[in-house]
Amino acid sequence: MAVATGKSFASRFGVHIAVFTFVAIWTVPTLGILVSSLRDKDQIIASGWWNSFASSTQTEAGRLPPASAQVEKDGKFVLEGNIFGDDPARDINSFGVKSSAPTQYPAGTTADLGDGETLQLNADGSFVMTSTKPFEGERGQRVYYASSAPPKFTTDNYNTVLFSEGIGRSFMNSLTVTIPATVIPILIAAFAAYALAWMRFPGRALLIAVIIGLLVVPLQMSLIPLLKLYNGVGSFFGVPSKTYLGIWLAHTGFGLPFAIYLLRSYIAGLPREIMESARIDGASDFEIFVKIVLPLSFPVLASFAIFQFLWVWNDLLVAMVFLGTEGDQIVLTAKLNALLGSRGGDWEILTTSAFITIVVPLIVFFSLQRYFVRGLLAGSVKGG
Amino acid sequence: MAAQIFSAITVIIVGVGGCVAYFWGANKLVDIIFPSRGVAGAAAIDNLRRQGMIRPWLFVGPAMIILTIYLIYPVVETLRLSFLDRGGANFVGLANYEWAFGDREFRNAIFNNIIWLAVVPAACTFLGLIIAVLTDKIWWGTIAKSLIFLPLAISFVGASVIWKFIYEYRGAGQTQIGLLNAIIQYFGGQPQVWISLPFWNNFFLMIILIWIQTGFAMVILSSALRGIPEETLEAAVIDGANPFQIFWKIMVPQIWGTIAVVWTTITILVLKVFDIVLTMTNGQWNSQVLANLMFDWMFRGGGDFGRGATIAIIIMIAVIPIMIWNIRQANKETGGH
Repeated sequence: MAVATGKSFASRFGVHIAVFTFVAIWTVPTLGILVSSLRDKDQIIASGWWNSFASSTQTEAGRLPPASAQVEKDGKFVLEGNIFGDDPARDINSFGVKSSAPTQYPAGTTADLGDGETLQLNADGSFVMTSTKPFEGERGQRVYYASSAPPKFTTDNYNTVLFSEGIGRSFMNSLTVTIPATVIPILIAAFAAYALAWMRFPGRALLIAVIIGLLVVPLQMSLIPLLKLYNGVGSFFGVPSKTYLGIWLAHTGFGLPFAIYLLRSYIAGLPREIMESARIDGASDFEIFVKIVLPLSFPVLASFAIFQFLWVWNDLLVAMVFLGTEGDQIVLTAKLNALLGSRGGDWEILTTSAFITIVVPLIVFFSLQRYFVRGLLAGSVKGG
Repeated sequence: MAAQIFSAITVIIVGVGGCVAYFWGANKLVDIIFPSRGVAGAAAIDNLRRQGMIRPWLFVGPAMIILTIYLIYPVVETLRLSFLDRGGANFVGLANYEWAFGDREFRNAIFNNIIWLAVVPAACTFLGLIIAVLTDKIWWGTIAKSLIFLPLAISFVGASVIWKFIYEYRGAGQTQIGLLNAIIQYFGGQPQVWISLPFWNNFFLMIILIWIQTGFAMVILSSALRGIPEETLEAAVIDGANPFQIFWKIMVPQIWGTIAVVWTTITILVLKVFDIVLTMTNGQWNSQVLANLMFDWMFRGGGDFGRGATIAIIIMIAVIPIMIWNIRQANKETGGH
């Protein structure tokens, strides 16, 4: 579709700018949590993540030592030391002694505080305060200073989140839910799809219509009856009602209409001649399906597998209804939702957990995008 | 945890093995009961006919059983429950429906759902179409599309965290760590608590879904645009049409069918939207929607299944026109097969 429009330089430039803007809006939010998850947790709240490569500046207050620490030198009374103590991790840019002017003097200069007192505060935090009269009082001089810290990146957040916040465990739970819930529907759907595409039997058209109808039935319709059913089965057999087996089957059920629909439209499009020549050679439907249809359908099976994987991995609703909220069952999405409640303002925890939640889908998505797009097109355009 | 991994692997093997065993075994059984080889002519033909009658049902059987338990029975049961009380024991007639339409929260949810339905599908389709057209004109269009498509892989909960961070609020004059408030403050505006601004907060939640779904619309529409015959576009150029005329009068009319498909797909998604509202506001500050309200009533105060089922039915009623349209379209296409 190469339309010969926008020939002028200005309009072509405009297209580049417009697309660039769209791309920026669509990627910057995700970039924000990735960058934040790698930042030091004190810096996350001190400056926006877009400033994370610049030094973060903050203004703080400190106190010099009390009068008891003074020494007499050359007829002057002197207080010396480092305002950071033993850990000079930051650089001081400027300082002051009044809260109304906390950055009055540049670092390294000697400020005349009047009354014969001077104060010098250096960039590394060391200070010298002198006075012509002895210092008095229990409390030392109050000092304000603006300091900057170099950008600090760390993987500490990942350690914390994976091993002490329970995200690591939830990651395993998510895998436990997702893999069987992706594999089980494929075979069941493939057999049904073949029968609906190539076998003649009464009621076939009705079945296809029912499946297309079920494609759009909201999940909400199923939740309460299934919850009651699971509770009933659980108490009848004396087993827990929230089990992995339960959620595997639930996801299989919810995924089947799409699976059958997608596979059927693909399998129905396979060349008739292949089927017929195999049948003339005496192959049964079962043999045709296993030896011819399955191998030829690989692309569509892959498409469905990716869909189902992403859908199950990203699902919150089904997991919240059919799985428990304890450590041994809670999946990543539900855990992230719980953290939003309990660790609402702790962005180092939230951004890191969110990134761990989305990293698997992103990998799957990037490596198998071709199949994903193909499934998307087949699933929505053909039958509509 | 090791036990968990082991049991997951066992289930995959047992599950897949079970499926294979069922299909293979059932098929074998039919061959044994109604042999078609090694029997005399008439009997063989008879048995072949019987095989042809049974085998399709063996193939579709497991799928039918699961669909019945997980989708068909629940639809009927939910309808029944919507006429029963909270525990599902006593018939209450239309009391749940009367409650719903008198309830302030429910009406708020209906109102919000209508706004969502009016805004999100339109915005996704429109943005998707524009991006599809623009990216087709530049050499790095594929990369651009890939990046815009990417949020489709992100869960609604993950996307909610991403956007909650964008909307993060600090008091006026403080360093803003939320991108939106930082931009507002940079240009001299007042930072806002976006997700608790009544009415407008709906739009801040909708942005999340639009951000996720635009990629979907873009991919589908982009492929439809490629299907437009070159000649029609060339003819329009020769006739002196400008780019806007080509877009609105030549391209859009030729892909109406696809636009309708994208629009209805996103419409259904919007009706079911739950995760975004739950994680961002849980329906506070007048941002409730039906799907979240339904989930809420499933568990609120021990759960009110009657009211929950009623809300589900109302969502279902909104879906039915699309369902009928889908089935009709499919019948038209498969009619010849």
